[in-house]
Amino acid sequence: MSRFRLPKGGRIDRARPISFRFDGKSYGGFVGDTLASALIANGVHLVGRSFKYHRPRGIMTAGADEMNALVGVGADQTRYTPNMRATLVELYHGLVAESQNRWPSLGFDVGAVNDFLSPFFPAGFYYKTFMWPKPAWKQLYEPVIRAAAGLGKAPTASDADRYMQCYAHCDVLVVGAGPAGLAAALAAAETGARVILCDEQREFGGSLLASDTDTAIDGLSAIEWVAKAVEALARHENVTLLTRTTAFGYYPHNFLGLIERVTDHVAQPDPALPRERLWQVRAKEVVLATGALERPLVFPENDRPGVMLADAARTYAARYAARPGTRAVIATAHDEAYRAALTLKQAGVQIAAIADMRPQAEGEWPAAARAAGIEVMTGTAITGTRGRMRVSGATLARIKGDGTAEKGEQFACDLVLMSGGFTPSVHLFSQSKGKLIYDEGLKAFVPGASPERNRSAGACAGETGLHATLESGYAAGEGAVRAAGFGGGLSGRSLTVTEKISAGGGFAGAVPHGRNPSFVKAFVDFQNDSTSKDIKLATREGFLSVEHVKRYTTTGMATDQGKTSNMNMLGILSDTLGKPIPEIGITTFRPPYTPVTFGAFAGMSRGELFDPARRTAIHDWAAEQGAAFEDVSLWKRAHYFPQAGEDMHAAVNRECKAVRESVGVFDASTLGKIEVVGPDAAEFMNRMYINAWTKLEPGRCRYGVMCREDGFVMDDGVVGRIAADRFHVTTTTGGAPAVLNMMEDYLQTEWPDLNVWLTSTTEQWAVIAVQGPNARKVLEPLVGDIDLSAAAMPHMSVREGHICGVQTRLFRVSFTGELGFEVNVPADYGRAVWEAIWASARRFDAVAYGTETMHVLRAEKGFIIVGQETDGTATPDDVGLTWAIGKLKKDFVGKRSLARAQMSNPQRKQLVGLLSLDNRSVLEEGAQIVANPNEPVPMAMIGHVTSSYWSSVLGHPIALAMVKGGRVRLGDTLHVPMPGKTLQVKVVEPVFFDKEGARLND
Amino acid sequence: MLLIACPYCGERPETEFRYAGEAHIARPHDPSALNDDEWVDFLYQRANPKGLHVERWRHIHGCARFFNAVRDTVSDRIFKTYEAGEPRPDVNAVAADVLAKESER
Amino acid sequence: MQKFSGFSLIRQALSGHQGWQAQWRTPEPKASYDAIVVGGGGHGLGAAYYMAKEHGLKNIAVLERGWLGGGNTGRNTTIIRSNYLFDESAALFDHAVKLWEGLSQELNYNVMFSQRGVLMLAHTVHDVQSFKRHIHANRLNGVDNEWLSAEEAKEFCPPLNISPGMRYPVVGAALQRRGGVARHDAVAWGYARAADALGVDIIQNCEVTGIRRGVNGAVEGVETTKGFIGSKRIGVSAAGHTSVLMAMAGVRMPLESYPLQALVSEPVKPVFPCVVMSNTIHAYISQSDKGELVIGAGTDAYTSYSQRGALHIATHTLDAICELFPMFRRMRMLRNWGGIVDVTPDRSPIIGKTPVPGLFVNCGWGTGGFKATPGSAHVFAHTIATGEPHKINAPFTLERFRDGLMIDEAAAAAVAH
Repeated sequence: MSRFRLPKGGRIDRARPISFRFDGKSYGGFVGDTLASALIANGVHLVGRSFKYHRPRGIMTAGADEMNALVGVGADQTRYTPNMRATLVELYHGLVAESQNRWPSLGFDVGAVNDFLSPFFPAGFYYKTFMWPKPAWKQLYEPVIRAAAGLGKAPTASDADRYMQCYAHCDVLVVGAGPAGLAAALAAAETGARVILCDEQREFGGSLLASDTDTAIDGLSAIEWVAKAVEALARHENVTLLTRTTAFGYYPHNFLGLIERVTDHVAQPDPALPRERLWQVRAKEVVLATGALERPLVFPENDRPGVMLADAARTYAARYAARPGTRAVIATAHDEAYRAALTLKQAGVQIAAIADMRPQAEGEWPAAARAAGIEVMTGTAITGTRGRMRVSGATLARIKGDGTAEKGEQFACDLVLMSGGFTPSVHLFSQSKGKLIYDEGLKAFVPGASPERNRSAGACAGETGLHATLESGYAAGEGAVRAAGFGGGLSGRSLTVTEKISAGGGFAGAVPHGRNPSFVKAFVDFQNDSTSKDIKLATREGFLSVEHVKRYTTTGMATDQGKTSNMNMLGILSDTLGKPIPEIGITTFRPPYTPVTFGAFAGMSRGELFDPARRTAIHDWAAEQGAAFEDVSLWKRAHYFPQAGEDMHAAVNRECKAVRESVGVFDASTLGKIEVVGPDAAEFMNRMYINAWTKLEPGRCRYGVMCREDGFVMDDGVVGRIAADRFHVTTTTGGAPAVLNMMEDYLQTEWPDLNVWLTSTTEQWAVIAVQGPNARKVLEPLVGDIDLSAAAMPHMSVREGHICGVQTRLFRVSFTGELGFEVNVPADYGRAVWEAIWASARRFDAVAYGTETMHVLRAEKGFIIVGQETDGTATPDDVGLTWAIGKLKKDFVGKRSLARAQMSNPQRKQLVGLLSLDNRSVLEEGAQIVANPNEPVPMAMIGHVTSSYWSSVLGHPIALAMVKGGRVRLGDTLHVPMPGKTLQVKVVEPVFFDKEGARLND
Repeated sequence: MLLIACPYCGERPETEFRYAGEAHIARPHDPSALNDDEWVDFLYQRANPKGLHVERWRHIHGCARFFNAVRDTVSDRIFKTYEAGEPRPDVNAVAADVLAKESER
Repeated sequence: MQKFSGFSLIRQALSGHQGWQAQWRTPEPKASYDAIVVGGGGHGLGAAYYMAKEHGLKNIAVLERGWLGGGNTGRNTTIIRSNYLFDESAALFDHAVKLWEGLSQELNYNVMFSQRGVLMLAHTVHDVQSFKRHIHANRLNGVDNEWLSAEEAKEFCPPLNISPGMRYPVVGAALQRRGGVARHDAVAWGYARAADALGVDIIQNCEVTGIRRGVNGAVEGVETTKGFIGSKRIGVSAAGHTSVLMAMAGVRMPLESYPLQALVSEPVKPVFPCVVMSNTIHAYISQSDKGELVIGAGTDAYTSYSQRGALHIATHTLDAICELFPMFRRMRMLRNWGGIVDVTPDRSPIIGKTPVPGLFVNCGWGTGGFKATPGSAHVFAHTIATGEPHKINAPFTLERFRDGLMIDEAAAAAVAH
């Protein structure tokens, strides 16, 4: 075993050794290790390169705040994830990891030349250069910058894993299962309240997992207390325990996002399990027990491999039985570093010295360190380190009365530990829009009031010491559960804790070093290589707001989002600007707390499940016939029915001819359908539609047009009056939900006095259009109780009866210009009736046709399609529908807007037909129309082609267009400039076929 | 995702609802009596306050009813919901009342 | 103004960068100005710059409530394009693109305008019709925009999934090669520095709390947290807060303010060469020079000034990103934030006069304000300085809503039938 693995202790399972690979080399570890702890236990500290200067970097932390040790994990590209924090990657057998942002290797990285050139790359240098010559930005500078930037590499293959999502409700959500969180959960759970407890680590316990051996809670060791607490919680059915689960986002109304990592730690995951699970939790009350993060000290060369946070080093020794070095220099402004020194000393690490910036260090911890024979130098700062791939020495210097540092003394070491104190993790609290209050003692912000129902406990609330932390946890749990409406059940509790009292401390800012500032780098944001010099430069350049400094220097914008750098940046700003930290302010905390996988947000929403597909009752039949489908809103509609060897045009030409010559059958089920019922139904229709409805007799239909209140056409469709108090309204396929919503809006909020009920019946009816000269003959044998003759059932009428024994609403309507019927039957019978009609129709060489043929046939007749001829800016008159307006109506939705002067401007775009003068060019839909083809760009466009098809029936192309003042241009020749050529078109009436409508009324 | 108390159904998640803009903008009884400026005022001018807003929601995937809410557009907190047709409440009083009750608790 | 160049960078490096001056002054407000711009974002700072540079006004102030570029300028996904359908919009946005093309040199500040191409995906027959209409109109307006087949789109953007089995398969795309992205903060800073050099007073942490009008109704100045500041010409350019500010002058606006979310992934090496937009399934993505995937969402459902959005809106956008780019499923969201967008009834901006003499407004950019920054600033400067709109912003009046003369790009692209 490596000499860096302690012979005993820790939370690793020595019975389960595992091997893993890092940068191609094989290493050993144990279950319970993280990748970081295993590397440390193998004596590996160099694990990465920094973003900008490619400086060698090691493992700095033991948790979510890790900014240096980012690795790519995954043996193959379908399961490769870049930028993983080695401190959070659980070790499993066969894990493959690699370092990032280096070429050709971690040890020899060409990019490190940037470090030597760093004088030329201060903060924001790229704003000042790369502007000349102008084309070089695109050709040279930007590609080079882009290639140099970025950390890991995105996977190149589609992700092989799955992700799941679930929603949960609870009375109390406790975030964080350290001492405070466990205490809060215990207090809340006892009442029977629904409690969810989550923690990002593999096991509950938080800091207690790395507890000192002599710590005791209620007579138990810390580890025993944790086990007992977890056991007690697990006994409650009302408690959900989520390990490996990070609460990453706090959204309005106590809605939190949690991400559970289900299989990332498993070598051979159960294929039934998702990789991650996104929990969306609505909590009545939230207890935030998110702990605190140790602050680095900002001193020159504070970034070398082997420089670590003191508490992280202690954690590696105590929790993972990994010895982070052999001889340590410790620099601190906080008592916790003494605790680390003692733990490490016990673990066999020599402590060269503790340099404490504070003038005195007299508490229990410093006393214990001194008693253990550790050299303690107060009023002393660390002013530099040596070493390249690993720290080899540190300089410690006394701080003079004026705050500057003397020349220092060198200490050989392979480990430098630092502690600037602890920053409460107020991320989620701040996301809840909670106000932060600056605590001068901690040199950090602590939670104030939040508009959401939450409370903070333990270290994240600024508590120090185990006793205080547990007390605040119990209190928060009790408070939360009471606020959630749970009374009794809370048991009185006596709490005894054996611990040494920490006197706290803290430092935020740059450590004085007395060296030439031009030649040193003291890192604030390690990953982004932003230094205290950069921050001072930013202020010199007038960036005085904390947000400006952040953005100009990129401090706090790395993948740790400022967890370790924010307070030091504020400290430096405070010194530089001579303003106290609270006056400088703080950057906004945004979700997520730690990065969250895109795939987890997408969850099952992929492929077919990306968006629900609506299919008609006849869909499968069409699919069996080989129909091509198109997406229209959520619907799948049959686009055309190609026969062997046919492309779309051939199929459509055939389908069109068949309809005009004999008969075609079309699935119109996707049309929106709304049943408007009630004594005031006609009045309601009068108000909603531009048409007049009062005089429409039951059994008759009318083409209805609906405007928005702004006067522009919103929707259209045939409306049948089934009875005096009942209308069968049809809408466009895509417009149905909006039409119903608008109808409900007016009915409920403007005209609640009208006695009308609206029901969406879109999915209740299957609609089969039978169109063509033989349409009647097709249906007659199938319909017994409806007289389909022209005399008994004229165009635009509706009858109720039966077809194939199935109840039907049979419309005689036509969107083709042919004799036509639309058979509405209950959707469950849709396919059966369709097949019966199809069988009958085949006697007449019928075709099944799709939406493309429908479009051509209606265009030949000049029938508009809302959304194609109209575009949200067309009035009824623009598209030639003035005739539909009920002239005597005092009001309807949109009427007042149509009365505005500009609405009747004769130069508005109007619907016209276009014929290509060459009689063969099919115009492109969307093509623009000009009067003067010789005008230079920008040309004055007077219109555009809205619909354009080859008419196989007419033997020439046809088009509909919206043209300015189009109706007075009939007969004019206009021009359609296309790339490389200009087409000539003649403006005609927008009807190309059977202008008199004789076929319709056959 | 907001938690919205439908006056007819109780608390439901936002995804069951559809926002419907500022409340208490009644369609004029006789639009033709309005001049263009008055009409455009009805059509488009909105208070859009930063703070307490009286707004309409529709419980479209529930009871399908429209109703009104008083919401703080800065914190997104909803202080009251009430049925359509009820008079516009004094929003400041509504918010103050809720906050006062909370501080008692 | 201290000149920025590679040479000056090297020279400063030799003296430890001690010689860099503040990029703009931090003046106290004067008692009055010839013109005041309310709002220190790209649009407002740019307007001040162009007023000073092209209209000879020397006594100008920009008042910013917080920090420069702290509103939507610093919160957007930085997509720049001008392939708009209507003549009015195409003219406005292309005016901006032309200014973008020389902006780094104009300002002597590298705004990193990167013309890597904007690809807009078509998923349905309706999309194809709509895009073709745009392409034809753009061509005749002199705006580049071309149609690509799905295969050509994939060649241009290799990570794109064009599998026909997708729920909404990519059937083609419109590409504007001159479109791209820029560094948002640099736009605000570059304009601020250049305006300051022309004598413009840029006053941060100065919140306007009232707009004072004289007996004749005309503006006389603004009440601020730094006291009253007089001016007979006030331009409001404060996206997200326009309604609040205009209400101070008694003007009601046809605006609603909605949250708009964006997010970035962790940085990775170059993997995404262009900008891709899909209006049909709500996905907007590019990769920043730093390496982050920058992703925009659709607007949230309800009005809000909270500068944050709902989780399900961001989730919906990532659904679409993961469908279009399945290899990004394992990428991770690093940061998610919100801005406030002012939306007009036709989703086009309002740039022009108001019913109050001397008060001008530039607002209502919805989700598209950043791309217009230099063009908008340029014509707004003209409007404030001369009292009349530039011909490019003449159609973007407040009165168009009364008259029904909408410039409705969104409706023109909307799906029905």
